[in-house]
Amino acid sequence: MKKLINDPKAVVDESVEGFGQAHAAHVKVNPDPLFVTRKDAPRAGKVGLVSGGGSGHEPLHAGYVGYGMLDAAVPGPMFTSPTPDAIIPATIAANAGAGVVHIVKNYTGDVLNFETAAEMAEAEGVDVRTVLVNDDVAVEDSLYTAGRRGVAGTVLVEKIAGAAAERGDDLDAVAAIGNRVNENVRSMGVALAACTVPHAGVPSFELAEDEIEIGIGIHGEPGRHKIPMENADGITDRLLEPILTDLKPAAGEKVLLFVNGMGGTPISELYIVYRHAAKVLAEAGLVVERSLVGNYITALEMQGCSISVLRLDDEMTELWDAPVNTPALRWGM
Amino acid sequence: MSNTTALDVAWAIDWLRRSAAVVAENRVLLSELDRAIGDGDHGENLDRGFSAVVEKLDAELPTTPGAAFKLAAMTLMSKVGGAAGPLYGTAYLRAATAVGDAPVLDSATLAAALAAARDGVAARGKAEVGDKTMIDTWTPAVDAAANAAADGAEPAAVLAAAASAAEAGAVSTDPLVAHKGRASYLGERAIGHRDPGAVSSAMILRAAALAAGGES
Repeated sequence: MKKLINDPKAVVDESVEGFGQAHAAHVKVNPDPLFVTRKDAPRAGKVGLVSGGGSGHEPLHAGYVGYGMLDAAVPGPMFTSPTPDAIIPATIAANAGAGVVHIVKNYTGDVLNFETAAEMAEAEGVDVRTVLVNDDVAVEDSLYTAGRRGVAGTVLVEKIAGAAAERGDDLDAVAAIGNRVNENVRSMGVALAACTVPHAGVPSFELAEDEIEIGIGIHGEPGRHKIPMENADGITDRLLEPILTDLKPAAGEKVLLFVNGMGGTPISELYIVYRHAAKVLAEAGLVVERSLVGNYITALEMQGCSISVLRLDDEMTELWDAPVNTPALRWGM
Repeated sequence: MSNTTALDVAWAIDWLRRSAAVVAENRVLLSELDRAIGDGDHGENLDRGFSAVVEKLDAELPTTPGAAFKLAAMTLMSKVGGAAGPLYGTAYLRAATAVGDAPVLDSATLAAALAAARDGVAARGKAEVGDKTMIDTWTPAVDAAANAAADGAEPAAVLAAAASAAEAGAVSTDPLVAHKGRASYLGERAIGHRDPGAVSSAMILRAAALAAGGES
């Protein structure tokens, strides 16, 4: 294992410390319990947005703390949910009296810890709504599993719900638009090579030199199946097909196409994936109105990518275009 | 039964210390079980949580069983993480509420506390018997405790009955497909593996019985 670290146990703390120093204009870091808030949180009259989850997915979530997105982020240990003792003070710090929306990826640990924290924050007088993100079509959505995982669609939920909160929407309206984004986005990922969790020291799963895992989660959890390596266009087809089958967009609909890197894949390769994905969507009669390409929700140094397609309406497009100023996403200001 | 202990605060503290010891001893085993069908950190996470419970007990002694359970609940909730933290935290918190400030637990109170703990875990995790979770351990344990208490068994014997049923319950997860947690993504690939949460729950319930001296 070769990593730019000092101590495997100190990775999250040292990384967030450096993050806070680098982005002191945007954020404040509370070291213990660990959470990150907007420098000017809480903002009078504004609904607070709080997200969090295991670390290792940077820039998610702390990178999206700032104007037009999150008010607070709670980084857990590597790939492990944060706990209520950190989520509760982050929620209180984000509350200006208008209530707080928790944006939670649908993983059992995250759901249980945020649910417990929401109950306890409510007991302290904070009104909490939860938007559960479950956009991963690789997982069967049924009563007999923990349900679909929350993956790259989370970034789109945080941006659009964040813009709604920034323009002054109330608590229920912010939660509603967050849920609407989630209902209209589907994602699917692929891994070409595994990642190594620093304190584990060994790759989190095995892939042969000529093998890829289709339907990978953002921690390297297994997806649908392993297949022999293919070219970029072939892999793109395999990711898009289940997305379109599930989302069922009608010809003429407007979409946002998001190609996300898992941390270990060059941006140039992501554009090769984007190129073919845009062509497939155009052939399906869809209008790609907006796009996002880059490493926005990662799995450490995992090689691979995910594709997300969000069905847009005019309000979502307007909120997507609204100004945002965070360490990892900035436009319009 | 000989040499059995009253279920007072000394018993509750001994239970928590024995739980910490058995979890530390089986840290690698629990993580190996979790690696097969989850994300491989159950032993480390639970060990970190119970070590913190012991540190808290070294710093301040609770004065009732309920206070000891509450200390365990808050510590496990903040130190364990993952799914196990809120689940075990909820279990101890509901047990603390059920026993109130009683200085000593009788068999009926004990059985009610175990049932409250199980109900909390089931509600938080939305799990039922057969889902390949902690509930497969807890529900038979709660039933056995209720039956033993109804038959007039003393508290130590109630705990011994609960622990034996819990251990059988953990084994019962082997042939199951998981319906909750990360293991549920594996479908039939989870068959043949024992659920790590069911195993740690059985260890912790056995520690309660051993602390009561009901069985060696």
